[in-house]
Amino acid sequence: MNLEAIKSEIEANVPGCRLELVANPSPSGQHSLRTGAEHAVAVAVYLRDAEDLRFDFCSNVTGIDWPSREVSQKVKVRKLVDGVEQEVEEVRKTALPGTLEVVYHLFSVEKKHGPISLRMSTIDRDANVHLPSLTPVWRSAELQEREIFDLFGVVFDGHPDLRRLLMWPDFTDHPMRRDYVDPDDYEYEPTAHDEVLRRAQQHRSEADEEHPGEAGER
Amino acid sequence: MSTATHPTAHFDLQPTDGPGKEQLLELSMGPQHPSTHGVFRMKVVLDGERVVRLKPVFGYLHRNHEKIAESETYLGSMPYTDRLDYMCSITNNWAYALAVEKLAGIQVPERAEYLRVITGELTRLQNHACLIGFLMQDMGSSGTPLMYAFREREKILDLFESLTGARMMCNYMRFGGCRVDLPAGWLDQAKKVVADFPRFLDEYEQLLVSNEILMDRTQDVGVLSRELAVSAGISGPMARASGVDYDIRKVDRYSIYDRFTFRVPLGSHGDVYDRFMVRLLEMRESVSILEQAMRDIPSGPIVDPKMKIRGFRPKPGEAYGRIEAPKGELGFYLVSDGSPNPYRYRVRPPSLINLTVLEDLCVGRNVADIVAILGSIDIVLGEVDR
Repeated sequence: MNLEAIKSEIEANVPGCRLELVANPSPSGQHSLRTGAEHAVAVAVYLRDAEDLRFDFCSNVTGIDWPSREVSQKVKVRKLVDGVEQEVEEVRKTALPGTLEVVYHLFSVEKKHGPISLRMSTIDRDANVHLPSLTPVWRSAELQEREIFDLFGVVFDGHPDLRRLLMWPDFTDHPMRRDYVDPDDYEYEPTAHDEVLRRAQQHRSEADEEHPGEAGER
Repeated sequence: MSTATHPTAHFDLQPTDGPGKEQLLELSMGPQHPSTHGVFRMKVVLDGERVVRLKPVFGYLHRNHEKIAESETYLGSMPYTDRLDYMCSITNNWAYALAVEKLAGIQVPERAEYLRVITGELTRLQNHACLIGFLMQDMGSSGTPLMYAFREREKILDLFESLTGARMMCNYMRFGGCRVDLPAGWLDQAKKVVADFPRFLDEYEQLLVSNEILMDRTQDVGVLSRELAVSAGISGPMARASGVDYDIRKVDRYSIYDRFTFRVPLGSHGDVYDRFMVRLLEMRESVSILEQAMRDIPSGPIVDPKMKIRGFRPKPGEAYGRIEAPKGELGFYLVSDGSPNPYRYRVRPPSLINLTVLEDLCVGRNVADIVAILGSIDIVLGEVDR
């Protein structure tokens, strides 16, 4: 499958859509297409319905967390060193903003080809984590998008039933994020003992105030 | 017939028992219900005996396998994959090894590929045999079919034990090959087990296929249409029972599956009975693959000699590798940033994704049919919840 051709085909057929070809340097050679959130549903429908593509089987949906990071690149620049122009290696640092990425792996049951991967990214990791849901296009995304919502915190607009999948409903964090910190006590829930302990503490501090000398013995 | 074709919204039942209104009952099946094969819960709304809505509740066995694997080295999470679908540890190893081999561009020697096919197909045999046993057990045939299946499974697990040292948590594959070579006499023993297996299949078929009660309980129950199966990402025997001609062994031709002749059984109704029959027929094909593989297995190294086990750091990039596991398409998606542990490690669990359509299959059926439908999907909760 020629991804370059698929890219220009989609861009010709989905008005206003621009795709980015994301190269994969690994020997697997599975390159991917990145789409903007606003055209994602149209691109997905085209991939599914186009006569020569027919990517009707959305196999795998997953999220990737990219916290804000610095990428350093070695660049050769010409510079004046001691009055002489020389080629010097310089390290340039670019700050990449944090983002949550969602990857869809698509196959075709009808044409028996694939995979191609379709990617989307959120604007940042805090407030703008909305992406369009592709569950109306491929039903198989239903539980997998719920899992990404649960573990990464991407909100899928248009998902019919967006709830936590694996963690419990009262849980507030997103465990698959890179900066996630485990709670001290997973099993914590208020019990009758809390009240008893609080009263014991209160009693102790009152006793300390009345007899300050005995504090060390307790 | 099922009516729902789109996922419905979550519900919290408000009982309406006024005059003229139907009396709905909310039933919680699980998490400790014997038919749920582990800790799995279904929130069911019933109108009398008829299922109106059904929502599966997941996560009772969730341990964030993916997060654990991301803090481990690549090889370090190989034994962890055993615990996903604990009935089929070898195929889990295989899918993971395949993904890493794609990521790092590792070649697998020929003998290792044969070993993988042999152990993988033995895994499929014991999984399908047990699944059918469990399905019958769930539907109330107390014991007999399940014990027949377990008798055969014992022989296969004995083979695994003498090969890998463990009966269930085999941890057998390595990147670029397998961990140990066959012990002396193993192949003859395995040939005997495989030669005896069709006799068990005959016995099983005679016992079950035209059993009137079984046909009554399973035919036209939980019908899954071909269109919904493809759209919902259903894979494995469940998709093929609905007539989807998609076997990854044939489509991807991974490993050395292009060397064997075998057929892909397809169902035409997509009901519970077809799912049962497809698995029964698949076992015959697995036996045929095993016979060919054990006849042709060459000698040679079992692991790529250039493969570095210590300090294994694949170059930055990503790969998605998948195999036809007994339960369906088992995929691993790996993103490497050049460090010794994966930056992103994702398991594509067939059990979880096959459960997407559970509500569609159950709506309009009776409570007792839920048990049969769930049994025919073939889930293992270690993989559903990860």
